[in-house]
Amino acid sequence: MEFEKLFEIIISASLVNNFVFTWFLGLCIFFGVSKKMETAIGMSVTFTAVMMISAAVSWVVFKFIMVPLDLQFLMIIVFIGIVAGLVQASDTIMRKVAPALYYKLGIYLALISTNCIILAVPLMNVGNKYTFIESLAFAFGSGLGFSLALIIMASIREKLELADVPKYFKGLPMAFVVTGMIALAFTGFAGLIKH
Amino acid sequence: MFELHKILTDILGLLQFADISHFLLPHVGVGAEIEAKEYVDLAPLLKYSLIFLVGMSTVFGFVLAFAAKKFAVKIDPRVEQVNDVLAHAHCGACGYAGCEQYAEAVVKDPNVSPSLCIPAGEKAAMKVAEITGKKAELKEKEFARIMCQGDWTKSERKFVYEGVLDCRAAVLAGGGDKSCIYGCLGYGTCSRVCPFDAITMSSQGLPVVDLEKCTGCRKCESACPKRVIEVLPASKAVVVACHSKDKGPNVRKVCKVGCIACGMCAKVCPFEAVKVENNLARIDPEKCRVCGLCATKCPTKAIADMLPSRPKALVLDNCIGCQICLKACPVDAIAGENKKKHAINQAKCIGCGICAVKCPVQAIGETFNAEQIRIEKAKQKAKKAAEVTEAA
Repeated sequence: MEFEKLFEIIISASLVNNFVFTWFLGLCIFFGVSKKMETAIGMSVTFTAVMMISAAVSWVVFKFIMVPLDLQFLMIIVFIGIVAGLVQASDTIMRKVAPALYYKLGIYLALISTNCIILAVPLMNVGNKYTFIESLAFAFGSGLGFSLALIIMASIREKLELADVPKYFKGLPMAFVVTGMIALAFTGFAGLIKH
Repeated sequence: MFELHKILTDILGLLQFADISHFLLPHVGVGAEIEAKEYVDLAPLLKYSLIFLVGMSTVFGFVLAFAAKKFAVKIDPRVEQVNDVLAHAHCGACGYAGCEQYAEAVVKDPNVSPSLCIPAGEKAAMKVAEITGKKAELKEKEFARIMCQGDWTKSERKFVYEGVLDCRAAVLAGGGDKSCIYGCLGYGTCSRVCPFDAITMSSQGLPVVDLEKCTGCRKCESACPKRVIEVLPASKAVVVACHSKDKGPNVRKVCKVGCIACGMCAKVCPFEAVKVENNLARIDPEKCRVCGLCATKCPTKAIADMLPSRPKALVLDNCIGCQICLKACPVDAIAGENKKKHAINQAKCIGCGICAVKCPVQAIGETFNAEQIRIEKAKQKAKKAAEVTEAA
């Protein structure tokens, strides 16, 4: 087990190539849920869990069913199908197990399946030809990066509520500007991993 | 099943004659594991993809159905009905985290009262009581009252505050920039927190409560960092609008309308409802009959009379001439001889309603409290009559 490579993958997915700040994926959930700290934390935990499970299932389905049958061209549809099924299942399970969090997340739980990141990670797993453990690490790293992004954004946005923002910039426009600035800051991580 | 498979293979086999079996696969993005091939076998490809997609959807269908069954949350249909009736302002007045939580609690728990949703009002409380089979207690309407009248013209600022324009932030800067440390800072936290838009800030820097919109949910009361807002029953319309516990001369220095604890209000109150404690006058809501006398006698006008109108009193025909109201009237507006119907001088009458309270036969009408007193006395009589017939 090459821990070095796994560590590298995790750092790459969460910091150097952060999905929100470098790839600019998954923005609708990012802006929707980052208004309050509690929804941000709830969403990041749920997202990481769904991400890891769906990456694992997608990898298994791809390697053992689609490659032998030569059906790689179907991978986008199949991955989306897997994600949608998993999100629906987690929706049902969460309603019973953690109803308070379920009500707080509301519509955003179902929107995980429209999150670009959740399709990007299995596709990148296939493209980079990762092994099973490596793809799990990649999914974990992406979840970690997304949580980092959400928590940073939530803490900034809670303070933005009280700040003297110009009238037409209030709310989403200001959030976009702030995201751009954080993305600029995150370019400081570039070159951390030697390819 | 086997026949179906055979038919499918035969149909697909026919496609071989239609020369579309020679394909170059396109490159799919993200550097996938797909290599361009010269020829592709269309028939088995279509067959496998069809079987695979149908199979996967079936598997997922089963998994989801199983999850739905196993993790089914049994929702009582009454919870939905109660949820429709509630006000959905998410104010927290009921004490629960959200409107759905209160709906669940009121249906499941027999101890939870059905009239906790204050913004939804009486009608909703009755409906919820109907749905859940509980009794609805009619709570009196409550309003938020601002216990400070010191706006910019009446109370000066100690220093120039240049920070976040919110009372919760201003109070961190040495207790706020107002010269009176008990007073309202006027930066509008209450107006921002109110879920019903019932509070607006006046041009002089004091909050103004719109009684039509205020539901008494108490969000402003808990948000105010100076504890200047009190939620009181609607009937208690005369309040000492000041929380200053400073001694009289110090209060005069910082505010023109503060309570200086002179005690005039306690002296003139005909019902002994006012007490001066800690350099502040307080009106006991149990004893106060909202006559407004203390408000007229207060030298700094610290007591606010918030009754919308005070109609003048009128003596009705069932007057027995006992002269009790004559002696009670603070402005000597009643004239009349013993055993003869009295008369009220409309010019002098201030509409305080003390005569209506003191009259033994409810012969005073038109004042703001006359109707209420008549109804109360009638209820008491009915109760006594019922007790007498029971005893007999």
